Amino acid sequence: MNRTSIIIRREYLSRVKKKTFIIMTILGPILFAALMIVPIWLAQIKDTEEKTIAILDDSFLFVDQFEDSEYLKYEYLQSMDVDAALELMKQNDFYAVLYIPNNIVSTGRSSAMMYSYKQPGLAVQMELLNHMEKYITDAKLQIKGEELGVEKEALRNVIKAVETNVDIKTRIINDNGEQKSTSTEIAMIIGYIAGFLIYMFVFMYGSQVMRGVIEEKSNRIVEIIVSSVRPFKLMMGKIIGIALVGLTQFILWIILTFGIVTAAQFILLDDIKGFQQSPQMEQLISSNAQVGNSPIQDQFSGKIENALNALSSINFPLLIGAFLFYFLFGYLLYAGMFAAVGAAVDNEADTQQFMLPISLPLVLGLIVMFSVINSPESSLAWWFSIIPFTSPIVMMVRIPFGVPVIDLVLSFSVLILSFIFMVWLSGKIYRIGILMYGKKVSYKELWKWIRYKN
Amino acid sequence: MDYILRAENVTKQYAGHKALDNVSLSVPKGSIYGLLGPNGAGKTSFIRILNQITAPDGGTIELLGQALNKKHIRNIGYLPEERGLYKKMKVGEQAMYLTQLKGLSRVDAAKRLKYWFEKFGIESWWDKKVEALSKGMAQKVQFITTVLHEPELLIFDEPFSGFDPINANLLKNEILELRDKGATVIFSTHNMSSVEEICDDIALINKSKIVVEGNIDTIRKRYAPDIYEIIFEGEFTNPDLAMTSDYEILQTTPLNGETSIRLKQLNDNFSANDLIKFLLPKGELKSFRQIIPSMNSVFISLVEENDQPVNN
Repeated sequence: MNRTSIIIRREYLSRVKKKTFIIMTILGPILFAALMIVPIWLAQIKDTEEKTIAILDDSFLFVDQFEDSEYLKYEYLQSMDVDAALELMKQNDFYAVLYIPNNIVSTGRSSAMMYSYKQPGLAVQMELLNHMEKYITDAKLQIKGEELGVEKEALRNVIKAVETNVDIKTRIINDNGEQKSTSTEIAMIIGYIAGFLIYMFVFMYGSQVMRGVIEEKSNRIVEIIVSSVRPFKLMMGKIIGIALVGLTQFILWIILTFGIVTAAQFILLDDIKGFQQSPQMEQLISSNAQVGNSPIQDQFSGKIENALNALSSINFPLLIGAFLFYFLFGYLLYAGMFAAVGAAVDNEADTQQFMLPISLPLVLGLIVMFSVINSPESSLAWWFSIIPFTSPIVMMVRIPFGVPVIDLVLSFSVLILSFIFMVWLSGKIYRIGILMYGKKVSYKELWKWIRYKN
Repeated sequence: MDYILRAENVTKQYAGHKALDNVSLSVPKGSIYGLLGPNGAGKTSFIRILNQITAPDGGTIELLGQALNKKHIRNIGYLPEERGLYKKMKVGEQAMYLTQLKGLSRVDAAKRLKYWFEKFGIESWWDKKVEALSKGMAQKVQFITTVLHEPELLIFDEPFSGFDPINANLLKNEILELRDKGATVIFSTHNMSSVEEICDDIALINKSKIVVEGNIDTIRKRYAPDIYEIIFEGEFTNPDLAMTSDYEILQTTPLNGETSIRLKQLNDNFSANDLIKFLLPKGELKSFRQIIPSMNSVFISLVEENDQPVNN
């Protein structure tokens, strides 16, 4: 086995065997899966507590119009003022008092008031709202119909006929004249996630490289090692070893998250149909159905269809390939700098002064990313997706929107060349720094080290 | 004589100062060679060049008859002054790692480690983490990893610093044993007593330059300031000797019916034989010997001498 691979092996194994790595690798997916599963699961749990809602109806439109459901009972109060109603709520242990003012129909934007001790759940509000909207629409139709001398139902049909819902679907035409449906939202989400992951990876594992170098320096083992291995090999062994640790963790996260989500769906959610039939979804769909026609439902399923089409239009091999490339080379570019910083200092507290040139471009990349999502064609987007210090983050956001091959090739080559240059430069600092103790180093000093011949 | 290492006019310049200025030295095969000098003289710079951690700006170095090259890493075992181990790693794993880096296969490394761990009686440490070891224990592990690949040349930089007397003695014996088995040992120190005990040859470096180099006894004799100790039977006083201008009496000490006298030779043409001829009629001569200075005093006088012209 050659020496670099011995070093890579140690760097890799010593980290993968650490308790923190194992805990992070297991906890990460549980956390991710929980973020996906728990909201759906919670939505599925039915609220089985029986609630009584008192209705104080000054408009007298809704008398006996609220029908009791399984868990929601209604009690109509005599005309009284709100304070008296609240007093009654206290005495009778009502869940809430719904006060409907008498101008509920005449005002443009109607609002009723609900009083309760606890913030009422969405399900309760939605049910009340459905009832009220339905009857208010009905009441308005009745009044307008009488004014115009038209049947209520005829009026309803007219409204249905003129209701419009506009949606812009996007289709991209490529050079061969083929068309593809796309979705800006999907492209945004994918780009954002990819860019952010790369940002995180570079920071997390880059600083591991730095800590590793500081550890070797403060342990005083480094001189023993560099008497067997050239410092550059030690540095590269460390950088590559840690990159493999990162990849391992990343792949395990994806596999485990996927596994947990699948298992959890199976156990907690019966199946995916069960989710669609959850009471809230049903309510949402049925409420839409009740209010006039179902254009919203159409729009809803239309969006899903569009999104699925858009997903299939994204060039996934390119996206994944580019992601792995930027993930790795973005890290490699910065890892050398992290190693150089580690070598220049005696302990972690001293790293602050040298962190700026590393964290500034990374954070800048993240900031530019947000602007690029809005205008992926801008010259800002172009420049920052070519400049190697920001390209791994910014280019990942551009790719789902479609990037000319020439831009990709340019960005890739610039990044690879910069990586080679950076590692060479860092190696020069590293080589001197690791054997330098107890000296406060300045940028000027680093420049001197770079110019040393051997 | 057969030399394992020859350095000629080795120069190393750091920004601002010369670390090595035309350093030439030759290390005889199978010897224990002391690299002496005050802190900052350039010892560590020279050793780092031997280990190819840095390269010289000028000059040539020959090891085992060949210009110094990458393959020589296998032939050298180096215990640096700044030495340590990975705290979180297990002792065995760590020893394996360091030995493999020197180019030994896993099987070989394991076999030889077993031998040395048994020799030092530390087999039970194999699965311990380094942070659980005391400083002395860790140094034993470091020593083992330095010599495990059986290098022809061993380099110890300040090996005794931080060792307790028991471990220092153990280390000294191991070094002598390795020498007897044919290894050559270079060791750098500013601790002179250890030099006299075990070194065969030395080079004294001061201010980046070699001040003196060669066999330790030859050097001590060369720098003997011509002081003799004479012991006469009976009580003697200075006038009894009625000295000439060739000698100066430094000290007269009566002791148990004998008198010990220290003389310093002033005239180079007046030999020890002349002195004895002169002394014989004066009384019952019991002993006559030249006082050879300790390495420590040679070191101090040479460094001081060397420093003077530079003090401007």
